[in-house]
Amino acid sequence: MSDIWVVVEERDGRVSRISWEAVAAGQKLAALTGLAVNAVAVGAHVEQLAVEIAAKALSKVVRVEHALLAAYTADGFTLALQQLFESEKPDYVVFSHTYQVRDYAPKLAARLGQVLIGDVIAIGDGPIFTRQLMQGRLSGSYRHLGNGPCFVSVQAGAFRADEAQAGVAQVSVFSPTIEAVQIRTKPSERFRGTAQTVDLGSAQLIVSVGRGIKDPEHIPLVQELATALGAELGASRPICDNGWLPMERQIGSSGQTVSPKLYLAVGISGAIQHLVGMKGSQCVAAINKDPAAPIFEVADYGIVGDLFEVVPALTDAVKAAKQ
Amino acid sequence: MKIIVAIKQVPERDAQVRIDSQAKWIEEAGLQWALNESDAYALEEALQLKEKHGGEVVVLTAGPERVGSTIREALAKGADRAIHIDCADLGNRDALGVARLLAAAVKPENPDLVLTGLQSDDLGLGQTGVIVAELLGLPHSSLILHVEKTNTGLTVKRELEEGWFQTIELPTPAVLTIQSGGNKLRYATLMGIKRAKTKEVRTLRAAELAPDVAPVVVLERVTLPTKQKSTQILPGTAKEAAAALVEKLKFEARVL
Repeated sequence: MSDIWVVVEERDGRVSRISWEAVAAGQKLAALTGLAVNAVAVGAHVEQLAVEIAAKALSKVVRVEHALLAAYTADGFTLALQQLFESEKPDYVVFSHTYQVRDYAPKLAARLGQVLIGDVIAIGDGPIFTRQLMQGRLSGSYRHLGNGPCFVSVQAGAFRADEAQAGVAQVSVFSPTIEAVQIRTKPSERFRGTAQTVDLGSAQLIVSVGRGIKDPEHIPLVQELATALGAELGASRPICDNGWLPMERQIGSSGQTVSPKLYLAVGISGAIQHLVGMKGSQCVAAINKDPAAPIFEVADYGIVGDLFEVVPALTDAVKAAKQ
Repeated sequence: MKIIVAIKQVPERDAQVRIDSQAKWIEEAGLQWALNESDAYALEEALQLKEKHGGEVVVLTAGPERVGSTIREALAKGADRAIHIDCADLGNRDALGVARLLAAAVKPENPDLVLTGLQSDDLGLGQTGVIVAELLGLPHSSLILHVEKTNTGLTVKRELEEGWFQTIELPTPAVLTIQSGGNKLRYATLMGIKRAKTKEVRTLRAAELAPDVAPVVVLERVTLPTKQKSTQILPGTAKEAAAALVEKLKFEARVL
């Protein structure tokens, strides 16, 4: 059998939202290639997930179940899917590009002599897979040449979850052979870092600061603008990595996800890890000295210039407008 | 503890990159180069582990002659020696091809730990460390912020999405990919820079390490990204642009 397999993840007992995006990507690939699409869920007991997935337009849904798959481990998931795919011989395997997938999909692909095309933002005729290069400054078109499955993971938000078409699929169970000694890592339950006292998720206005600010002593410049606007202050990862603002103000894949009315990005180039945390914003404005900065690809309004001149001028203009 | 840190030289963050004439990669002539950011954190983690537990830190990199400057930087920060895989056509290899080179260089060293950054700032594949672990038959964990040595191996702190974390226990030898931000990066001291000049840099030829295998995945074309939105760039002086932005936000976008 040659077809497309979508690997689905759970979140709080349900199919994760980004998994539906992967299903939509699988269906897009099916439209381009004429192949059938199947889905697979991996765990100790994934019956409920399988029922949920089977309500989509898929040929079949497989529950890959084993007691040793209760908690995610790279060893366990790789072994389980290796066995499934060695028997099913897929043409394509589609994942959502989550931290979990980043941890094991390259290993699984390598075990089968393949290379994952990761973090894909578009799929076109060929099929050609588009992914970002140079932190989003450039795009690369990738093609798979190998004999064997083509492994692809799709970036959050690149495909629309609500475009996964409804249908009825057959569900079956696959029982991989796994022994306890084959699982070499021992994961703990997940935990929160520090107590969250700042809820940027519900903020209406956010001014966010990035690497362009250069030095912690310049942060007050941006804080003044935020205060003038009545906005919360956010930051990109490097600012929090350096300890210039607390981690709880970090916006992006590893920090908070925000969707304010206005997101004003100051000195943020717009690496994808940041963009996934703020692209749901209603209006995005950006100030950056580099006209090629990827933040301008998602911005409604942009000022190309020196933030040390623009930010104070903007603070004054906001104050004047409020009088 | 013997630690190998796999590092990569990438274009400097603020470098103005241009697509090359074949649209296969970027124009490399005239670019400034730097140590990949998460690899710098991997090196820092290795140096701190050595300071606590003793042992040796060996940096490993693949690339053409220009990577020598990045090797010197790592040695100046405190790595003991370096292995340079001389490879002029790194860009023609896919992630598996590069990982095969690195794994072949790591194997005879028998390290307790292999560290690398979680992804490169140029290609951003984020796979090399994970594949090296698979090729060497070692356990791995990715996106690691903190490493602690235990009696039986390691306890590591792994970053998950949306502010969640997890600790993972694993035996050594192991491979870890390091996330940025777990440590404070050190600068090379003058003494360090001086000492680096006398440290061993061993050069290995790519062809001798791993047979040339046709890539499974190829980068066919490099283009400028397609815009997701049409951005209105507001011209003028800082003052004019600022006033125009407030006007737009208030009356056009109606978000103020």
